[in-house]
Amino acid sequence: MIYEEFSTDSRTRRTLSGAARVLLALKVDGPLAVGLALTAAYGLVVLYSASAENTPMLMRTGLRLVLGTVIMLAVARISPNLLRRLSPWLYGLGVFLLLAVAAVGHVHLGAKRWLDLGPIHFQPSELMKLAVPMMCAWYLDERPLPPRWSDLGMLALIILAPVGLVAKEPDLGTAALIAAGGAVVIFLSGLRARVLIGLLLLAVLAGVVGLRFMHGYQRERLLTFLNPEAHPLSAGYHIIQSQIAVGSGGIFGKGWMAGSQAQLNFLPERTTDFIFAVIGEEFGLLGLAVLLLLYAFVIGRSIYLAMLCPDTFSRLLSGSIALTFFVYVFINAGMVTGLVPVVGVPLPLVSYGGSSVVTVLSGFGILMALFSHRKLMG
Amino acid sequence: MAPVRIKDHWREQRMFNRRAWFAGALMVLAACAVLGRLYYLQVVRQHYYEVLSLDNGVRTVPIPAARGLILDRNGEVIASNRPTFDLDLTRDEVPDLHDELEHLVRLGMLQQTDLPELIRTIRSHQPFDTVPIRLDLSAQEVARFAVRRYEFPGIDVGSRQARWYPFGKLAVDAIGYVGTISASELAHLNQAAYAGTAVIGQTGVEATYEKYLHGTNGYRQTLVDALGRPVRRPGALGRELHFKAPVPGDDVVLSLDLKLQRLAEQLLKGQDGAVVAIDPWNGDVIAMASSPSFDPNLFARGITEKEYRALTDDPRRPMFNRALRAQLPSGSTIKPALALGALTDGVINADDRIYASDAYHLPGSRHLYHNAMHETCGWVGLRMAIIMSCDVYFYRLAHEMGIDRLSAWLPNFGFGHRTGIDIPGEDRGLVPSRAWKRRQFSNPAQGEWFPGDTVILGIGQGYFLVTPLQLAHYTAMLATRGLSYEPRLVTGVRNPGTGKIHWKRPVLNANLTMINPAAWQVVVNAMVGVTTNPRGTAYWQLHTSSYPIAGKTGTAQLVREGAKGASNEGSYHADKTLKQLRDDAWFIAFAPANAPRIAIAVLVEHAGWGSSGAAPIAHKLLDAYLLGPDGKLVAHPGRGPYSEPASIRARITPGVDPHMTALQQAAAP
Repeated sequence: MIYEEFSTDSRTRRTLSGAARVLLALKVDGPLAVGLALTAAYGLVVLYSASAENTPMLMRTGLRLVLGTVIMLAVARISPNLLRRLSPWLYGLGVFLLLAVAAVGHVHLGAKRWLDLGPIHFQPSELMKLAVPMMCAWYLDERPLPPRWSDLGMLALIILAPVGLVAKEPDLGTAALIAAGGAVVIFLSGLRARVLIGLLLLAVLAGVVGLRFMHGYQRERLLTFLNPEAHPLSAGYHIIQSQIAVGSGGIFGKGWMAGSQAQLNFLPERTTDFIFAVIGEEFGLLGLAVLLLLYAFVIGRSIYLAMLCPDTFSRLLSGSIALTFFVYVFINAGMVTGLVPVVGVPLPLVSYGGSSVVTVLSGFGILMALFSHRKLMG
Repeated sequence: MAPVRIKDHWREQRMFNRRAWFAGALMVLAACAVLGRLYYLQVVRQHYYEVLSLDNGVRTVPIPAARGLILDRNGEVIASNRPTFDLDLTRDEVPDLHDELEHLVRLGMLQQTDLPELIRTIRSHQPFDTVPIRLDLSAQEVARFAVRRYEFPGIDVGSRQARWYPFGKLAVDAIGYVGTISASELAHLNQAAYAGTAVIGQTGVEATYEKYLHGTNGYRQTLVDALGRPVRRPGALGRELHFKAPVPGDDVVLSLDLKLQRLAEQLLKGQDGAVVAIDPWNGDVIAMASSPSFDPNLFARGITEKEYRALTDDPRRPMFNRALRAQLPSGSTIKPALALGALTDGVINADDRIYASDAYHLPGSRHLYHNAMHETCGWVGLRMAIIMSCDVYFYRLAHEMGIDRLSAWLPNFGFGHRTGIDIPGEDRGLVPSRAWKRRQFSNPAQGEWFPGDTVILGIGQGYFLVTPLQLAHYTAMLATRGLSYEPRLVTGVRNPGTGKIHWKRPVLNANLTMINPAAWQVVVNAMVGVTTNPRGTAYWQLHTSSYPIAGKTGTAQLVREGAKGASNEGSYHADKTLKQLRDDAWFIAFAPANAPRIAIAVLVEHAGWGSSGAAPIAHKLLDAYLLGPDGKLVAHPGRGPYSEPASIRARITPGVDPHMTALQQAAAP
């Protein structure tokens, strides 16, 4: 299709074709890149206000975006073949690092999530967000679809081993996201609907049982989600304050840097997990709608690209990346507005935070690689 | 055996596409859920959450109004305000109330014994209210606390205007004092109006005129962050903040003349007693002193437990307002009232003379009621009986009037009920009657009214009790020949902004028109004789006066030899009796007798005779009030802007034209 665009006579197209040629060379999908860039830019504007004009924080975020973009561009150049062959190795490395975390991990804020690698702290669970869907896609790529029961057992093992390790850290949010990444692959692989429903029921059952094995704060979070006013000053505080922030913003918001909930610290974790509420307060329903439209564009474009992928591995993996991105957004927005329990899921590309940006952009790098190399795969 | 399956790429592609579309539909549904939720929060419930967010960040800080000043009749300031530093506590921000207060005790900023009451007070406020927990820090204490402030979250040094009584104990019995608002007082207050107010009038004018003095508190809205800290630079958030300036309290203008008040307190110094001086033409209290007294600044700055105990444990009872609350027998000061009653009822004739020996006995009884000094009065009429205070004459007069007429007459002169002065705490004294005595004794035999009870009433002894204020009020009635003005300490309320004074109209409660002018003339002449006739009981103390003084001495007996308090076997020798057991000395007077401008009652407890103990004090006070530096009567003492009706004025020839005080002149248009 791109070749067809080049052949048109329109001057505009020809001018554009210069940029398109660069993008082609870079193996970058233009619309997706623009969507991501706009979202990130929006995020920086919000972060400036949410962090109370904290310039160093902004600089760090900018640097991470640059780093993420570089990695995305690098990953986009890798051939899908290589990606497929790398998958089991990457997955193995991830599991190994998770085990290492469990053994010698760095404890921060009561959770053992980090590996101390000299100057940088590395969170292996972030790697697993990509490695698990890659492994699942790799596993299914060689097998006829829809997967059989034995395949499902194997996939469950592939998914649940790292999920268990991450949940043990404890980092329930990331564990759930990793599980979601794998589950989405299974869903896209065409698992029969009745099996899917059965598995869902099973998951609910497991959740109920899991509630008994949760850490106190995790259980409390879930229970306060159901009744936040019961703990207005402790566990329910997050939920109440974020809803006040969003609700008080109204349709047009209180204005940039003028959200009292955010600026006066009533909103907890306002630069990270609850930055969605800052947007709601300062830019109102319109601001959130713009953000959601940007996300919708990114997700829609990603799914479109996934559908164009020629082979099962590429399709499943890029579909999973797109859908997981949606899960991020949905859980974060749901948690801030009180639709889902508070789990530590950042708002992708907007929340302040290290590994997340890099992971998300790497994921889109993979997606671009899988799509843009398709001609070579023939 | 399951069939061998091979990969079908087209089928997988179609399956993937179907799933992708399905996922897309799910995502649209989820997005609709989020948007619906946002619509609910941001549109449907927007107002609700906006109110909540304002409640979060906007704190209304009250600004206390400056308390009104208290001025004397000449505009001299007797109660003002000064800046002080306090410790303020906000319960919301204190992690452990007990712990922090104990820590303050260890730092020497609070007393351990004050803690329970303090904690009660703190808890009675809203948790986000700022409550003063310690008033009037010294500069050292401010510094000591400042360096350790970080150890006391929720406690801060605040500055405010504190009540200040520049003359200390001067006139404390009249103006009262302010003190920290207690938990029980708070329960009865309009808490919204008193938010930010630290003190409230506890007694005296400070209490009665609280609603004028307090003013209207203002407020300032400030932004606070989630930790309750004020936001210094609110920026865009500061647009909606409101401010309301406080309205200072009204100034209160007293009837007191501080010059006379000072002298009165000085003359009472070292003795237990009281002075009340009243302008008989309007009830204005010119001086009101009770000795010993205390410094109201102790209460204004927050009295310590130890200081308070020292005051309450003092056997001389400095906190006891003798002017209002000392209930004592009137002694002979009551004789003019009895004489007026007897004349009006026709019991006696002013010109009739009787022979009064040194003692009186009831018909059919051998019990003798002696004159105070066991002297013989000889042939005396009513006038002479008052001049020399002949007890025997009045024993007989009382007996002839009988208790029923006496207990009906005495309340006419303001006895037995409150005078209605505009400060709290007044006692009503006691006018005995048959009914009263029956109520007092459960045994009907004891509850019977005995003729002996009546006899001693003739010299103001027995069950009859008066307060110094009541005696002064009664003296004013004698001076005006029957006008009972309600005694008052406050004559006007001044708006501090405009300086305009709203003068209060004097309250005329009674007018004893049933007493005819001739009777007044006899009695007033006799009272003048007390100070001018060589046989008068106050002649030696007062005969040098350049203006006529109508007076009457009194001695309230404390030593009661007889079982019923009626006997007086031995004569009384003041200088031979222990001081605590000596009689209380009374003196009442008004002057100038022909045109009275001041009526005064002086009580000196345990001073012996009224003539020697109390009369000299009265004399000095009258001189100070009435005489100029040249020793001549001055025309200054004011009548107030309200003059009495001509009919009333006609009953006595005023010696001088009414003159306004300096303040009244200043306020006049």
